[in-house]
Amino acid sequence: MSDAYILQQLINGLVLGSLYALIAVGFTMIYGIVRLINFAHGDILMVGAFSAFAILSVFGFPLWSAIVAVLTLGAILAMMIDLVAFRPQRAAPQVNGFITSLGVSILIQNLAILLLSGQPRPFNLPGWMRGNVHVPGVRVTVLDVTIVLITLAILIALMLFVQRTRLGAAMRATAENPLAASLMGIRINRAIATAFGVGGALAAVAGVFWAGRAGQIEPLMGFVPGLKAFVAAVIGGVGSLPGAVLGGFLLGFAEVLFVGLLPPAYGAYRDAFVFGLLILVLLVLPNGLLGRPAEERA
Amino acid sequence: MRLSRHHVAWALLALAAIALVAYAETWLSGYERTVIGFAGIYAILAVSLSFSNGLTGLFSLGHPAFMMVGGYTAAILTFPVNRKGFMLPALPEWLATLELTLLPATLAGALAAGLVAVVVGFPVLRLRGHYLAVATIGLIIVLGVVINNANDLTRGALGLNGIPRLTTLWVILGWLAVTLLVCWRLKHSSVGRSLMALRENELAAACLGVNRARSRLIAFSLSACFAGVGGALWAHLLTNLTPGSFGLALAFMLVVMVVIGGSGSLVGAILAAMAIMVLREVLRPVEQAVSAYGLVQIVTAILLIGTLLLRPQGFFGSSEPRFLRPCLPTSSLKGRETPTDGTARP
Amino acid sequence: MLTLDAVEVWRGPSLVLSDVSLRVEAGEIVALLGANGAGKTSTLLTVSGHLRPRSGRIRLDIDGKAHDLASLPPPEIVALGVAHCPEGRQIFGGMTVLENLRLGAYLRRDGAVRADLDRMMSLFPVLAERRGGLAGRLSGGEQMMLAIARALMSRPRLLLLDEPSLGLAPQLVEQIFDVIAEIRGAGTTVLLVEQNAAMALDVADRAYVLETGEVQLSGDAHELAGDPRVREAYLGLAPEGTAGP
Repeated sequence: MSDAYILQQLINGLVLGSLYALIAVGFTMIYGIVRLINFAHGDILMVGAFSAFAILSVFGFPLWSAIVAVLTLGAILAMMIDLVAFRPQRAAPQVNGFITSLGVSILIQNLAILLLSGQPRPFNLPGWMRGNVHVPGVRVTVLDVTIVLITLAILIALMLFVQRTRLGAAMRATAENPLAASLMGIRINRAIATAFGVGGALAAVAGVFWAGRAGQIEPLMGFVPGLKAFVAAVIGGVGSLPGAVLGGFLLGFAEVLFVGLLPPAYGAYRDAFVFGLLILVLLVLPNGLLGRPAEERA
Repeated sequence: MRLSRHHVAWALLALAAIALVAYAETWLSGYERTVIGFAGIYAILAVSLSFSNGLTGLFSLGHPAFMMVGGYTAAILTFPVNRKGFMLPALPEWLATLELTLLPATLAGALAAGLVAVVVGFPVLRLRGHYLAVATIGLIIVLGVVINNANDLTRGALGLNGIPRLTTLWVILGWLAVTLLVCWRLKHSSVGRSLMALRENELAAACLGVNRARSRLIAFSLSACFAGVGGALWAHLLTNLTPGSFGLALAFMLVVMVVIGGSGSLVGAILAAMAIMVLREVLRPVEQAVSAYGLVQIVTAILLIGTLLLRPQGFFGSSEPRFLRPCLPTSSLKGRETPTDGTARP
Repeated sequence: MLTLDAVEVWRGPSLVLSDVSLRVEAGEIVALLGANGAGKTSTLLTVSGHLRPRSGRIRLDIDGKAHDLASLPPPEIVALGVAHCPEGRQIFGGMTVLENLRLGAYLRRDGAVRADLDRMMSLFPVLAERRGGLAGRLSGGEQMMLAIARALMSRPRLLLLDEPSLGLAPQLVEQIFDVIAEIRGAGTTVLLVEQNAAMALDVADRAYVLETGEVQLSGDAHELAGDPRVREAYLGLAPEGTAGP
């Protein structure tokens, strides 16, 4: 196994890890503040990809405008999901919210099938993204570099937002103790909506990149990435933003190395590996690597 | 044995069911009988899910995984020997020469499913709430991948077709009766009550001596057995099976049935299963006429969300429908049956 | 300053306040006493807007203007100058002491927040010591001081204090009540809910006794402390004033 091969695997792991980190961070932000697994998170990814498709391929607008539009659409969709599905159920037991988000996910997927057909469509980011970056011995596209750089930029911005701004403090307080936060004069619903908005925006942007790498879009494309992002969030500790980032990269590397280092016959077991890992982590390290003991709402 | 009121009530119900099936077998077309057949299988699945999820408060989405186990086990066992050599050339000797009838094959399927549930359940059932749900989704995926790759046993992605069409409405009715009987008896026994106690307040139940881990495992495995039965019957009705036959969409459908019927209500689950099947059959031609694929799922999803928002305990909560009151042993007629916190917990 | 008039509050299917009327004048400390479940916490939650009365009125008079609290959302009530320090401290355990204090001033837009932070640090020296540490690591008494300081950060006109002595050693309880007296001295009105009737009556000007959602007794704190019914039920003293079982 040559050095170049291993280097290639590491680069692939970095790229995949960046995507998982993006999706996982949004997911864990929502979980941290409402203690609910948002099953529809992956579907926001799908909507992001389809929106980009519409903007780039159908309307022919430039890439940067697509990114901005996708961020906005993702945020709005997520906030709508909160408003319609989760907010009316704030007081209900945890499991009801999960089933509701399951229903929302199925709803979104089938609306996409209904309106846009279930057939995969080819999706290509602008040609210059697919060009290769000249690094000896390995294949790195501009898209790969873009993904890693944008992810890093977004994550840094997010950390600053959450740690240094007033709204970020309000969100953290609401995640810690909603009653106490309300007593401070914080508008709980607004803090929660913000979390959804940010999470949705991140998922949508990840969707664009995911579709760019896959070369195609289809209505059910969000299911597996969404679930894997959940795994990443769990590995890092649900509710912890740094944990989600760590978990995302760890999972990305683990998955790539699993496929890359084992004989090709095992490649098909990749998804099984990821979910086996999930079950293992849930059992052995339920709070993940960086999480704190979770309180469960009865 | 004294003939009490509830024995009479059950006998009447049984007669009605038999009459219905006789009518269907004689007068209805093959297509209609198949639809009713699937409704019956869904009923079996819904009852068992209502039992484990509703009563116990386990949140398992894993039924499709156990259906896969049961379905493939039974199909491999009933497959005609002469075709086995062609379809599954790499089967071990003892399997290749084995050809069973439906009943022992179904039992084997149920047993296999139950075993998988016990093995998986030991670690996984320690999880709570939505973590358990996601773990069971993981189970579906893992099992799907395994079956997809165990080409020798299952023919992998190509799947099995030409499975003998052995499932009749009588068979389904029989198994539905068994499922209902077992779950009903358990629900209205001390076992059932301790399961419900577990759901309401785990700590209190444990203090009262309810063995948490064992109770959950029993409920989970029993429910998985019946899912295995459902899978076996399904395979022999549809006559083909692939790794993708039983996936999350099916789990979702079952969850909807249990939520709408009322988590913990056994007959409620049956009624909800029937109602949803009717809805699907009504909407399907509409879907095809207008090329509006996905309509059925959308309507189902809206029904689910609406139910959770407006009536989270479902139609019947944890109790059985009122018209069945005569069927209940008198001791369990009184007493709190519906969870007071509006839990859906399918 | 604060007037409750025939307030009726339900929590789900239970009636928690059936007919509560009370008055808090500016600059007073008013104690609200009663056994567990009497409705004391519910009263405070209703004033701060987290429970809605089914009937009755809640009026806050500040700077000559009257506000109907029953119709305002919690953030607006806080903005009016009502701070609620809840039962059980409810601090943000995963955030630092400093961040907790800052959150107390969440709605403030003026520039004096820094100065107030320093003031709190000097009022509660232990907070100054642990300013960068996680609030969850503080002891019970320290958390109570943090909770009070946090509430004071909003420069409230009316402070709602729920069971400050709960779970604290007697020595700390004395300290806390000294602080409460100082707060009144600085010009903040206090509505104090307490199970420790003796200490509450000692520091308060007036008091109300709540029982199953209704005001049963009211009056001057000193007089109530001498009232035989209060002595027997809440002070554990035999009617003649000798300490009894």
